[in-house]
Amino acid sequence: MTYITKPKLHHPTLPANTLGLTRRDYEGKISTLCAGCGHDSISAAIVQACWELAIEPHRVAKLSGIGCSSKTPDYFLGQSHGFNSVHGRMPSVATGANLANRELLYLGVSGDGDSASIGLGQFAHLMRRGVNMTYIVENNGVYGLTKGQFSATADAGSKSKRGAVNKDAPIDMVSLALNMGATYVARSFSGDKAQLVPLIKGALAHRGAALLDVISPCVAFNNHAGSTKSYDYVREHNDAVNRLDFMPKREAIVADYSPGEVIEITLHDGSRLRLRKLAAGHDPGDRLAAINHIQSHQARGEVVTGLLYVDPGTEDLHEHLHTVETPLNRLTEAELCPGAARLAAINASLT
Amino acid sequence: MKIGVPRIEAVNDFVVKFANVNGSGSASANELFARSVLRMGVPVSPRNIFPSNIQGLPTWYEVRVSERGWLGRRGGVDLAVAMNPQTWDQDVAEIEPGGYLFHDSTKSLPASKFREDVTAIGVPLTEICAAKYSDPRERQLLKNIMVVGVLSALLGIEPEVIAQFLGEQYKGKDRLIKPNLDAFMTGLHYGREHLGAELGLKIGRRDAVGERIFVDGNAAAALGAVYGGATVCAWYPLTPSSSLAEAFDGYCAKFRVDPASGRKRYAIVQAEDELASIGIVIGAGWNGARAFTATSGPGVSLMSEFIGLAYFAEIPATIVNVQRGGPSTGMPTRTQQSDLISCAYASHGDTKHVLLFPEDPHECFEFAAAALDLADRLQTPVFLMSDLDIGMNQRLAAPFRWDDARRYDRGKVMTREELEAGHPFGRYRDADGDGIAYRTYPGTHPKRGAYFTRGTTKDADARYSESGPDYVENVQRLLRKFDAARALVPQPVLRRAEGKSRFGAIYFGSTSPAMAEAIDALAERGVALDTLRLRAFPFADSVAQFIAEHESVFVVEQNRDGQLRMMLVNELQIDPARLLPVLHYDGTPITARFITAAIGEQAGRAVVRPLKTGKAA
Repeated sequence: MTYITKPKLHHPTLPANTLGLTRRDYEGKISTLCAGCGHDSISAAIVQACWELAIEPHRVAKLSGIGCSSKTPDYFLGQSHGFNSVHGRMPSVATGANLANRELLYLGVSGDGDSASIGLGQFAHLMRRGVNMTYIVENNGVYGLTKGQFSATADAGSKSKRGAVNKDAPIDMVSLALNMGATYVARSFSGDKAQLVPLIKGALAHRGAALLDVISPCVAFNNHAGSTKSYDYVREHNDAVNRLDFMPKREAIVADYSPGEVIEITLHDGSRLRLRKLAAGHDPGDRLAAINHIQSHQARGEVVTGLLYVDPGTEDLHEHLHTVETPLNRLTEAELCPGAARLAAINASLT
Repeated sequence: MKIGVPRIEAVNDFVVKFANVNGSGSASANELFARSVLRMGVPVSPRNIFPSNIQGLPTWYEVRVSERGWLGRRGGVDLAVAMNPQTWDQDVAEIEPGGYLFHDSTKSLPASKFREDVTAIGVPLTEICAAKYSDPRERQLLKNIMVVGVLSALLGIEPEVIAQFLGEQYKGKDRLIKPNLDAFMTGLHYGREHLGAELGLKIGRRDAVGERIFVDGNAAAALGAVYGGATVCAWYPLTPSSSLAEAFDGYCAKFRVDPASGRKRYAIVQAEDELASIGIVIGAGWNGARAFTATSGPGVSLMSEFIGLAYFAEIPATIVNVQRGGPSTGMPTRTQQSDLISCAYASHGDTKHVLLFPEDPHECFEFAAAALDLADRLQTPVFLMSDLDIGMNQRLAAPFRWDDARRYDRGKVMTREELEAGHPFGRYRDADGDGIAYRTYPGTHPKRGAYFTRGTTKDADARYSESGPDYVENVQRLLRKFDAARALVPQPVLRRAEGKSRFGAIYFGSTSPAMAEAIDALAERGVALDTLRLRAFPFADSVAQFIAEHESVFVVEQNRDGQLRMMLVNELQIDPARLLPVLHYDGTPITARFITAAIGEQAGRAVVRPLKTGKAA
């Protein structure tokens, strides 16, 4: 809001990253969301992940749709360009932005209404095209800004604040993303920063479409008994398949786990993901197994979290289209315009 | 032949209509015919009349031959080439009295199937083909070429012209030249041997084509987008716009591949729908790439929400609307100019958008490139308003031109150096008084120039604001910007009658060739008409002036509701009584005959006032 300004004071002892920036340099405007909103925790996790990765804030483009979650890009990375587009259509805007300049990092933030209801089509098509971006769904199962209607991710049988019971089957964003060909699929919980921050880092380093479905309780409309997206419910039913450590390229490998417990995945930029396995039998390199694992646990009312699937060797949309390395928005007349002589030849061929 | 109806005798001035079944391979033979007339130095204007279907339904190819160069649809048929039994009755009925019917006489038809005032010319095409070819596919395809051969004999088209053209057309696929040429010669010899002077229509060699090119508007607009520097194209298949995106793909593959790496200097996405295609264009435009989409009316309806965002958040976007008959699915393979209002004011809230009206492929090329410049300059959606008649028919047009000294106008973009030097930046500040603010591309500078783009209201520094004064200041600036567009868009083309005229006529787009002919026909009838061809919205100042100079102004357009007239009335505060609508909207291209009759009647009434009851007129 224009009437709230954030003080620019920095604590003198705040640690700096390799760029000499503190976490404050990654923050945005003061959030206008409700106190205790899960979305604010996700914003904080994004700030932490970007700071830890020492990403230059201005090299990130933040995109969102419409809704509470889609407001949040204003609350982190204040030195990044942001785009709060139309309801459910962030994916297409992000696709176009990514096509224009392949060198920036693209971070999309959306909600369950935005991505599972009105924008389900665009969500699916972005995943299948493999747009190189991090796509965070801040999933609270409810429409907040319009005051408490069910969204399409609300579980069947879950109760609204006013007592209505949802009869419709839920859309599971991670299963959908897996089906659509997303190459980095994870779920987390806004209340579990230790899990969430490395998952965001892994998503940012991944090349291709990375989906992070983050259960993010709505304190105003969906945090009561009977809700399956409340803090209490998720804490009780959270079933983490693994714990993730993200290691940048330069960091040395420290073997501190016994073999068999750890899976190590090298991403295209040379950084590595180390997964400490928690659930037996879950292999994050197996798409079918991941779908199976998620759905069998879901049937038991468990919320499976962690890095569910990753394919580090994937190609993104630019590779599919075989575009030049130079960002398209930087090409000039010399590279784009065939010129008058060629036009004369075209004219001659059209008689 | 019915007594008293003379045969039509004409040289280089008639209409031939081929009735075919779609999917039968007639298109290339039809084009061969049209091009061979052009190679005889005689202007032609062919039009495809086709159904929304792939195979089996009737399709027509109407070729107007006009030495005087009239390229509009004339109306009426002098020679029907009736190759489709399904539409026989309709095709025969359409022929002008004294005209000709060319048909396959392999099977004899009862006399009732013919007209007494029409000369029938029968050739046993199926029989000849059956004897000559064993492959059924060959029989079908080469029959069409054989027809061109017979017509060449009848009309006097020089066979060398055809031979040369076939050689060019199948260059690289040489094995196709011989069978085609052979089929053509078979037809030609049959015509020369068995037919005499049955046909009163002739093609005589002239030099009336000049340096003009023969191309369809969609290909021309696609090429204009290549020359204009578009790097991102997102589209969803929709007749009659699909061939535009496909042509862009084809030209890019030729001209936009980096020779060193083999990588592409462009990205084309066939999106899942029009919402996504415009979203991709807006995302790319926001991020500094030149982007466009090609669509038609139904697509614009779907894009409307996004178009409002691009207007309000001020993001360049180029939208080519190849208009077709609406509303709803309407007449998807017929032409109209019926999306003016839906494009000029697309989206909810107060919006106004820039529209460009090309008259032919030459302007499709020119305006496509101009639209990309204007979108960047004005940071707003710009519509190129083509239509099916221009887009999907090959038309004679002035050659494309490009000045190598031309630089793309990227508009007001603040650079890293300018930000570093301390240039003040506020995304929506009217720094220059023209309503156009400076923007930055994402990723420009580590500390300065970042801003948040949104469809909600904001202050001049792009901060969220729901304050009334902030809102009003912003939308007033958008009006100033729209006003600035007035002088930047292509200006109207004025054509004065020889004497002083009380009447004016305003028209635009694909009405142009019919209008040129109508002006001439009306002049012959003593009706002098000044005309103004509009080439863009917002309207130039000269439009109001033109209207003020005339007692009455006809507004000629191809829609039911007089959409341009409404816009003139509303935007320029014109008294509606002074603007007389001339409306053609049955899906066929407007004709000079129609315009001449409509204007002639109204102007005639006004010109010839009854002596005794002068006031009543």
